[in-house]
Amino acid sequence: MQPFAYTRAADPAMAVRAARDAGRRGEAVPFPGHAGAPGQFLGGGTTLLDLMKLDVMRPALLVDINGLGAGPAGRISAGPDGLRLGAMATMAETEAHEAVRRDYPVIAQALAQAASPQLRNMARLGGNVLQRTRCAYFRNTSWPCNKRRPGSGCAAIGGQNRQHAVLGTSEQCIASYPGDFANALLALDATVEVLGPQGARSLPMARLHRQPGERPDVETDLQPAEMITAFTVPAAPRTRRSLYLKIRDRDSYAFALASAAVVLDLADGRVRGSGIALGGVATIPWRAVHAEEVLLGRPLTERSAEEAAEAAFALAIPREHNAFKLDLGRQCLVRALLQAAELEVRG
Amino acid sequence: MNRPVPEPKANMGAAVPRRDARLKVTGQARYAADFAVAEPAHAVLITSSIARGEVTRLELDAAKAVPGVLEIFTHENIGEIAEEAFFGAGGTAANSLRPLAGPEVRYAGQIVAMAVADSLEAAREAAGKVEVVYRSETPTAGFDDPGAETKPVTEVDESHEDPRTGDAQQAYDSAAVTIDQRYTTPTQHHNPMELYSTTAVWEGDRLTIYEPSQWVWGLKHGVARQLGLDPAQVRAVSPYVGGAFGGKATVTPRTAIVALAARRLKRPVKLVVTRDQGFTTASYRAETRHRVRLGADRDGRLLSYMHEGWELTSRMDPYFNAGTDNTVHMYDAGTVWTRVNIVTADRNTPGFMRSPPEVPYMYALEAAMDELAVALRMDPVELRRRNDTMKSPISGARYTSRALMQCYDEAASAFGWAKRDPAPGAMRDGDWLVGWGCATASYPTQMSPATARIRLQPDGTARVQVAAHDLGTGAYTVIGQQAAESLGIAVDKVAVELGDSDLPPGPVAGGSVTTASVCSVVKLACERINRRLGGTGRRPPLDLKAAFEDFGQAVIEDYAEWSPPAIGPAGPRAMYKGGLKIVGGPMDDKLMFAFGAEFVEVRVHRRTREIRVPRITGAFAGGRIVNPRTAHSQYLGGLVWGIGSALHEATEIDRRAARYVNDDIAEYLIPVNADIGEVQIIMVPEEDAEVNPAGVKGIGELANVGTAAAIANAVYHATGIRVRELPIRLEKLLA
Repeated sequence: MQPFAYTRAADPAMAVRAARDAGRRGEAVPFPGHAGAPGQFLGGGTTLLDLMKLDVMRPALLVDINGLGAGPAGRISAGPDGLRLGAMATMAETEAHEAVRRDYPVIAQALAQAASPQLRNMARLGGNVLQRTRCAYFRNTSWPCNKRRPGSGCAAIGGQNRQHAVLGTSEQCIASYPGDFANALLALDATVEVLGPQGARSLPMARLHRQPGERPDVETDLQPAEMITAFTVPAAPRTRRSLYLKIRDRDSYAFALASAAVVLDLADGRVRGSGIALGGVATIPWRAVHAEEVLLGRPLTERSAEEAAEAAFALAIPREHNAFKLDLGRQCLVRALLQAAELEVRG
Repeated sequence: MNRPVPEPKANMGAAVPRRDARLKVTGQARYAADFAVAEPAHAVLITSSIARGEVTRLELDAAKAVPGVLEIFTHENIGEIAEEAFFGAGGTAANSLRPLAGPEVRYAGQIVAMAVADSLEAAREAAGKVEVVYRSETPTAGFDDPGAETKPVTEVDESHEDPRTGDAQQAYDSAAVTIDQRYTTPTQHHNPMELYSTTAVWEGDRLTIYEPSQWVWGLKHGVARQLGLDPAQVRAVSPYVGGAFGGKATVTPRTAIVALAARRLKRPVKLVVTRDQGFTTASYRAETRHRVRLGADRDGRLLSYMHEGWELTSRMDPYFNAGTDNTVHMYDAGTVWTRVNIVTADRNTPGFMRSPPEVPYMYALEAAMDELAVALRMDPVELRRRNDTMKSPISGARYTSRALMQCYDEAASAFGWAKRDPAPGAMRDGDWLVGWGCATASYPTQMSPATARIRLQPDGTARVQVAAHDLGTGAYTVIGQQAAESLGIAVDKVAVELGDSDLPPGPVAGGSVTTASVCSVVKLACERINRRLGGTGRRPPLDLKAAFEDFGQAVIEDYAEWSPPAIGPAGPRAMYKGGLKIVGGPMDDKLMFAFGAEFVEVRVHRRTREIRVPRITGAFAGGRIVNPRTAHSQYLGGLVWGIGSALHEATEIDRRAARYVNDDIAEYLIPVNADIGEVQIIMVPEEDAEVNPAGVKGIGELANVGTAAAIANAVYHATGIRVRELPIRLEKLLA
C-alpha cells in the first residue's frame, strides 16, 4: 500500500472538483480510464481499499464522498414514473426498501444475494456497479495482467480460469465482472446519471461498462473525476415479474458462477417483451439480446426458454477450466425464465 | 441459533461452560499479536513470485528511502541461522531449508526479504517498493508435471513398512465382486481465523517469542537451536490460539528472521503475516491420489483390500502421511496389500492438517466401500456390519474397544436411514434430487508424554500448570474439570495455566493427544497430592482443611510426569529438550481407535446442479467424554469442516508457475452459515480403561474423517454420478 492524500467533500460538485484537481496536480494520468485516475471517490471502500492494500490501485488522492449520503445522492424514491436510486444509498437499505422489494424484486434479490451483510451495510450503489474483477491475476501485482498493466499479457488465459468469463472476452482479457446489482439494472433498462468536470450527463446502463477488447484497462465509459450520482429505472408493469437467480459454490458470500436477471412482460400467455442480463459469465454485465429476441411473441415454455438460453451462449468462448459455464449459464437462465413465468404478479 | 446443552450420558463428565468463553466474546483473551510490547517495530514480508531459481538482485534503495524504515532484511544481511531438522526427521522445523540462507528459491512464496519500520504503514509501503530480480527455472507444480519424481516411501524412510497380509492380488483376482477405482484429494490450507504472527522481544540475551503455537516447547528449542542459544534463554508464549489445525505446530521460517531482526534493531519486532502469505510461509495439506481395489464374495465379505497412495511433497523433505497404516485395520479384510509413494515437486513441504492421514485415506476407502455396496446391491451399513472386526487383519492385535456398529445403528435410526430408496435418483423433491449417503469415521487414539504441576490450598483453590495448548478446543476447561474431579473441589476453584514454555512441558496439540495425555498426568499429580494429604490416590481427603492442618503447611504443590507405557520414562525427559513422541492407534499388541458413523442428506438441483447439505447426523464413541459440551463443539466443527472438504475447500495452483492462485478467504471457500443445515450429534457412551489413565480417546480430529466420503456417496445416490475427485463442485455433475 502506498501513501495517498485524503479529503472530504461536502457536495457532489466539490467532490468532482477535488478529483479533477488530483489529476492536474500529479503527473500525467497513468491510464485514460476512470479506474486508473489519480483522484478516486471513496464510498464504502469495499473494493477500492481492498485493491489499494494489494497495490493494484494507487490513487494519489481519495475524495471521501460518504458525507453525500445524507443529501439527495443517498435518497431512494419511487413514483409513478419509476424508481430513482441515489448512488450513495447503501446496498442494505436499497434491498430493504419496500417499493423496491414490491415493484422491482430483481433489484432487491440481486442485492440480497451479493456479498455479506457486513459488506452490504458499507457498500454504496454507485461504487457497487464499478466493482472490479476478482481475477486473481489482476489482484496480485506479480502476475502479468493487461487490465492492470496494459501490454504485459494475460496470465488467466492458460492459467486458472474457472471463475472467468466466456462472453465478451478478448485475447487481451477474460476477467469476469463480479457484481450482481448491475445485472438487475441492465435488465430493467436503467439510466445512469453522472456528474463530471464538464457537468451532468446521463447514459443508459447498457453503455456504462465496456468490453475489454484491446483495452481491458478501460472498464467503463466514465471519464476521470466523473461520479455516478443516481440510477433511474422507468416504471413498467413488467418490473414486478422479475427475479434474480444466482448459482454459486456456497449459499452465501460467494461470487456468481452464473446468474440471471430476468424481467418478463407476459400478455395472454406470450412474451411481449423481456429484459435479460447475465452475471458471472461475462466480462461486463451482459444483456442477452439474442435470448430476448428468441422469446419475443412466443409462449414461455421449457422449449422456448431452452432456445433462448442456447442463443444467449451461442458466441461464448470457453477456456480450460470454465467450459462448464456454457451449460451452467444456460441452465441458470432456463430456470430463471421458467420461475419468472410462474410468478404470481398482482396489479 | 440456540442449541440445548448436551446431557451427559454414561462415562461423561459435566457439560460445564467453556471457561474462556466470556473472555473471547468480550475481546479480553489475549492472542499472541495482542501482547503490548514497548515500542515495537513492524515487519512485512516479501515473498518470492517464482517457485524455482534464485534471487539475482535486490533493489532496496526506494524501499530504504521510505521515511520510518529501519532495515530491509535479506539473505545478505540477516546473519547466521543454523539448520533445524524438519519435523518429520526429529526436529521442529516446518521444512529443512534454512530461512534466508541464500539466494536460492525452492518454492513459490518463500520469504526473500523482510521490511521493518517504525510503523506498519511504512513497512508495508517499503515492502511494496522492494524490487526482486530472479533467475527463474521452470518449476514442477504437481503430480502430472514434468520433473515430478515418484518414490515408494520405503525407499526414503527405512522405518516405514507398508502393511500387507496374504496374497491380496490373488484374492482380488478370484473375488466374485470387485472394485478398482482412483480417488484424489486437493491441496488445502488451514486458514485459521487468527493469522500467523510473531513478536520477538529481547531483554539482554533472553528472547521472548509471542506466537500462536501448538507446541511452545518445540518452538522454544527449535528457535534456540536456529539462533545458537541456550534453550533457557528462550521463552515462547501462546496462551490463546485462534484456530490452528496443524498449521501452528511446527517452527516456520519467519520466527528466526523476526528474532534476529529484533536483536539487530535492539527493539521488539512484530510481524503479522498477511492472509495470502500465510498460504506459503506456514504449512498445508498436499494433494493425494489413491488407487483402491476391493474384492468381496457375494455375501459382501472382504477378501482383498489393496490401497496405493501417492502424496505430494517438496524436494526438500519426504513428508508423508501413509494413512494406510490405519485404514488396514478398519475392516476384516482377508488379505491386504498397500503401498505409499511420495511425489516430489517444487513446492513447500506440506505438514499436519486436521486428521492428516485419515482425511484423504479414509475418504478413498469409504468411497470405495460404497461402490462395493452398490456392486453387491447391498445396503452400505450392512456391508460395514459384515466386515466389522474386533481385531487387526494384519497382526491379529485386538481393539481395546470399538463401537463402530453401535454408532451406525444409533445414527441410522436417528437419520431415518430405513426409509432410503437405494436406487440412484429415486428420491426427489420438486426440482431437487435427494441423496442419502454414509461413511465411517475413525481416528487413532494417541498419547504423548506430559508433565504437570499442581498447587492446592486449604480453601479448595487449585492451580494447574502445563505447557499444553488450547486452540479453541476447550483444553482449559477439560483440564480444569479433571483437576477438580481428582481433587474433589469445585471446578471454578481451579485456575489453569497453559501455553507458556516457562510451564512444565506438555504435548504438542496435535494428533488429538491433549485431553488424553494432559488429563492423565493431571490425574496422577492430583493423586499424589491426595495421598500426601492422607487420602488415597483416587479419593481426596474428606475434610480438606483438617487434612491441611495435619499436613502442616498452607499450600501443597506436586509435579507429575506421565508417559504412555510404549514410550516409558524417557518420554518426559525428552520433552525437556523439545522432543516429541506420540504413540497410539495401531500398536503391536492392541489397536486403539475412536469411531463414528456419519449420515448425510444432499440435494442437487436438477438443472443447475448446485449441491446443498440440509442435514447431517453423526454418532461417535470416543471413550470417556470429559465435557459433553466442548466435545459436542468438536464434533460439530468437525462435521462442518467435513462438509467444506467435500464441497468447497481447494487451493488452486497455476501449473505453469507452481503458485497458489486463490490465496484469500474470499476465493478459498469454506462453508458459511448458510451452507450448514441441521447437524445432529449423538455421543455413544463408551468405556475404555486400557487406553490411558484418563480413559480418554482424542476426538478433535474424529468427526471430519469420512464426511467427504459420506457426501460423495450421497451425491452418487442423488444423481447416479460418482465423483472421485474432491472437492465435488457443480461442474462435475453437469451433463
